[in-house]
Amino acid sequence: MDLSMKWLGDYVKVDEPIKKFCYDITMSGSKVERYETEGEEITNVVVGKVLSVEPHQDSDHLVVCQVDVGKGEPIQIVTGAANIHGGEIVPVALDGSTLPKGIKIKKGKLRGVESNGMLCSLGELGLTVHDFPYAIEDGIFVLETEEGCEEFTLGQDIREAIGFNDTSVEFEITSNRPDCMSVIGLAREAAVTFGVPLNVKAPSYKGVDGDITKDLSVEVKNTKLCNRYAAAVVKNVKIKTSPLWMRERLRACGVRPINNLVDITNYVMLEYGHPMHAFDLRYVEGNSIVVRNAEKGEKITTLDGIERELSEEMLVICDAKKPVAVAGVMGGEYSGIMDDTTTVVFEAACFDGASVRTTAKKLGMRTDASSRFEKGLDAKNCYDALMRACELVEMLGAGEVLNTTIDCDYSDKAPKTVKFDSEWINKFLGTDIPESDMVKYLNDLGFEIKDGNAVVPNWRIDIECGSDLAEEVARIYGYNNITPTIIKGVANAKLTPAQKYAKKLENTMLAIGCNEIATYSFISPKYFDKIRLPENSALRKTVVITNPLGEDTSVMRTTAIPSMCEVLARNYNYRNAEAMLYEIGNEYIPVEGQELPDEPSRLTIGMYGADIDFFDMKGAVDEILSEMGIYDYDIAACTDDSVFGEATAFHPGRCAVVTKNGVAIAIFGELHPETLENYEIGVKAYVAKLNVPEMMSVSETEKTYKPLPKFPATTRDLSVVCDDTIPVATLEKAIKKAVGNTLEKVTLFDVYKGSQITEGKKSVSFSISMRSHDGTLTDEQADAAMKRVLKALAEFGAEIRA
Amino acid sequence: MLKEALEKIEEQAGAELASVSDAKQLEEIRVKFLGKKGELTAILKQMGGLSAEERPVIGQLANKVRADIEEKIEKRKNELKDELLSKKLREEVLDVTLPGKTRKIGKLHPLTTVLNEVKDIFVGMGFDIVDGPEVETDHYCFEALNMPKSHPARDTQDTFYINENVVLRTQTSSVQIRTMENRKPPIRIISPGRVYRCDTVDATHSPLFHQIEGLVIDKGITMADLCGTLELLMKRLYGDDCKIRLRPHHFPYTEPSAEVDVMCYNCNGEGCSLCKNEGYIELLGAGMVHPKVLEGCGIDPNEYSGFAFGVGLERIVMRRFGITDMRMLYENDLRFLEQF
Repeated sequence: MDLSMKWLGDYVKVDEPIKKFCYDITMSGSKVERYETEGEEITNVVVGKVLSVEPHQDSDHLVVCQVDVGKGEPIQIVTGAANIHGGEIVPVALDGSTLPKGIKIKKGKLRGVESNGMLCSLGELGLTVHDFPYAIEDGIFVLETEEGCEEFTLGQDIREAIGFNDTSVEFEITSNRPDCMSVIGLAREAAVTFGVPLNVKAPSYKGVDGDITKDLSVEVKNTKLCNRYAAAVVKNVKIKTSPLWMRERLRACGVRPINNLVDITNYVMLEYGHPMHAFDLRYVEGNSIVVRNAEKGEKITTLDGIERELSEEMLVICDAKKPVAVAGVMGGEYSGIMDDTTTVVFEAACFDGASVRTTAKKLGMRTDASSRFEKGLDAKNCYDALMRACELVEMLGAGEVLNTTIDCDYSDKAPKTVKFDSEWINKFLGTDIPESDMVKYLNDLGFEIKDGNAVVPNWRIDIECGSDLAEEVARIYGYNNITPTIIKGVANAKLTPAQKYAKKLENTMLAIGCNEIATYSFISPKYFDKIRLPENSALRKTVVITNPLGEDTSVMRTTAIPSMCEVLARNYNYRNAEAMLYEIGNEYIPVEGQELPDEPSRLTIGMYGADIDFFDMKGAVDEILSEMGIYDYDIAACTDDSVFGEATAFHPGRCAVVTKNGVAIAIFGELHPETLENYEIGVKAYVAKLNVPEMMSVSETEKTYKPLPKFPATTRDLSVVCDDTIPVATLEKAIKKAVGNTLEKVTLFDVYKGSQITEGKKSVSFSISMRSHDGTLTDEQADAAMKRVLKALAEFGAEIRA
Repeated sequence: MLKEALEKIEEQAGAELASVSDAKQLEEIRVKFLGKKGELTAILKQMGGLSAEERPVIGQLANKVRADIEEKIEKRKNELKDELLSKKLREEVLDVTLPGKTRKIGKLHPLTTVLNEVKDIFVGMGFDIVDGPEVETDHYCFEALNMPKSHPARDTQDTFYINENVVLRTQTSSVQIRTMENRKPPIRIISPGRVYRCDTVDATHSPLFHQIEGLVIDKGITMADLCGTLELLMKRLYGDDCKIRLRPHHFPYTEPSAEVDVMCYNCNGEGCSLCKNEGYIELLGAGMVHPKVLEGCGIDPNEYSGFAFGVGLERIVMRRFGITDMRMLYENDLRFLEQF
């Protein structure tokens, strides 16, 4: 809402600098976004009179003018304009003046003739013909004394002379205060804020005798969606330009002046906050207005020339035959005022906010009117608005208003009351405001305090309960005058086990050397192709956004891996030589028969770089798992039937799955060459995904001290040769089992393939450390254990290396 | 005679010791003078020929000479050790300006860094941290927050819809409702998390961002408590000289409602380009929980009151680190991530 400060001055007199006005009214609840004073950039431009015009000796199109600028001696100005012949009153930019867009005017010579300034056009002053319809676009702005205006004084500042000095203040009005979307509403707020009186008079007009029912009938069929419909008829309409003061104010409020009748409806909308409509009676067939729901399949061509199909829940204004307006949204094609309009029907009605909102949304046209109606407007104010429009018609001499009106009023006229309890308000706010102060604030805002109740003024549709009154009191008292206190009482806060686990995981990831990333939860369905998911993959069943910003962000991710790949690719593309990244984020898995999807937490890790290979990733996973209390888990090569649907993203021979007690907790590996290609990553890259809740379910969080060993360990090294296909983990497991409880550690220290080893075989070397808590192991005991190991390994065809 | 010989030995030993340059020579000297076949022993052997008067005198002298030489040897030994050490230290001098061998430690995303800080502040004030679903029902996201389907305030939160009844949550207030339904007051929680709005990506907007919402419900909770809590939060986040102001505003789920601005650090409230000439920067929304919301969650508004607030994490992070483009936060360029 843009507010003209001059207009505000009609209702309330605030003697504060504009900056203070804006600050204070913001702090009492009407937020000022910014303010702007018209013509601010214009300096030293005055009203002048062209005394004489002589041709320029050296030019065909320039003329030399003598201009009286109210300083005794006329000044000489050269101009190229064709509409100056002598005698005109014009804006004169004197030597050293400034114009909008930082233009500076200095005296100088034009083709050898001295020129001491410039005669200005509308455009040069930052105006248009809408502001001054009598002037021309290309030529000097020749001033005319308008009806009701004073004669111009030569030498007067031009901004003052043409009323181009208003300050326009832009307010951000919240949706609960439609009453403040008006000059009067803001005047009321200003009056209370600055403690000055508000002067609002009920509008009235004389009118001409005449029975309106002879010209018009109104029937409201749906009184729920339209609780008041008031109409007035204006005859012998004279369409012309509105007076300067009205045009000025409309302009300051950001509305373009059109003609007197249209301007009046806009003026009243801005002043009273209630949208009005003006119909040309010629196009109201049967001279009857019916307010009803649209019929199925009914159509209307709206003012903007678009044909729209209506549906049954929409409210329309109809004449005897057809809809002529969508109630509260927009008028129909021929419903507006035209140059030859002679009889006008003013409509001021009150439509249901929710209904207008739904209709406007469905038709895809939010208008100034609909955005006001949808917030809920006051039925009493609607009649005041109509009266004001009639008053203005008389004031402007725009036509003859009949002295009878139609008023179909179904509104609830019982005033709303809310219990007023000053003690409760102070208790609720934590303040100590005297009751008398509260009563004053509320009275100033239009409330009446009676028998412990506050009678709510009709324009305050937002007040419903005690806390609403508390807000009124608090905002006028000043939010910042409330002394801050600390919450009383004790509270025991603690992290949940899952939160603690996540925090530990976070610390572990940092210790490992990974940088955290943050990616969007929604992805493109195309990402599934990039990680090579088969067409029938369960992961392609997603939570789909019906109104996404674009395809790239249209489905909720069922796997966090593509997001990681995306970031790896981006960093590779940015020529970052090496990356080690992680993200802890959710996946969104739709579940049959469940309204909302599951949102499990996932840790993803991504790496690439010259010194990074599969075993760096595996090492990282091992370290994370052990740090997170997961021991004795199984790592196996990933198989086609893996529970991890994303297995296809990985190199089939370089991908592993971690399970513990049959619970799959992680997948990791090298990305498939095709995946790398899809993401345009030119190096090998490694990705892991760890299922956090699953990890937590198998993690041992309690730790118990184990006494330090008293006896030395015995270590034996062993090299065996076996088939290349046998996984080392299988051999390791066999060794552990064979040694039994004296086993301390099995460490792999070499895997060798090549000369001296038969093709298809490999040599694997372990260091086996054994220790007993009862005494130093004897050679015999150690030898016996090694014998058991060899026997166990033999079952896999592994023989001791010669 | 013997006296002179002893004095000579001492003198000679002193001279030889001075030129000794290693432990081996030192030992040779010790043997030469003090050893069983050494010069001093040789003299002592001649003591038998001395008179009873001379014997103690010479004996004393001999002992003194022995002690002196021993002392000198010890002294020299220490000197040699010191020389050796300093020589070693000299040889081991490093160019300490050569680069160190680092063990890389990962870095938290700036969003997490600040979120952790905020969480710590609130846990310290007795707030639990509560999570909730991001894909949420219309009921928890809007209806229970006093925003029925046709409510105009829904326009300020452009929503991603999954279907008519399921949305991507536009605020984490949904978690507050879930909490109020499940817990009895007193309640003190914050609910941080991802929220979604149909905003086209630009320097200050992202369709996904993070919010931290707080909720306190108890008997006798006042608006003054809300002011105090927010003031404390801002001082912990921005330092004790940080100034805030509360400005009346409207949210359907709180009454009274406020927007909270923090004084612009750039101009100290004077107005500059950073704060769009307002002197203050809008930071969060807050208010006393609307009685309808309490009632809807089965909490008696006549018995209990409470306040709620919500703050955008991105805004705090950007302000903290001077980041001017929100897109950087989701770009995940290492050159950016490694700065924090």
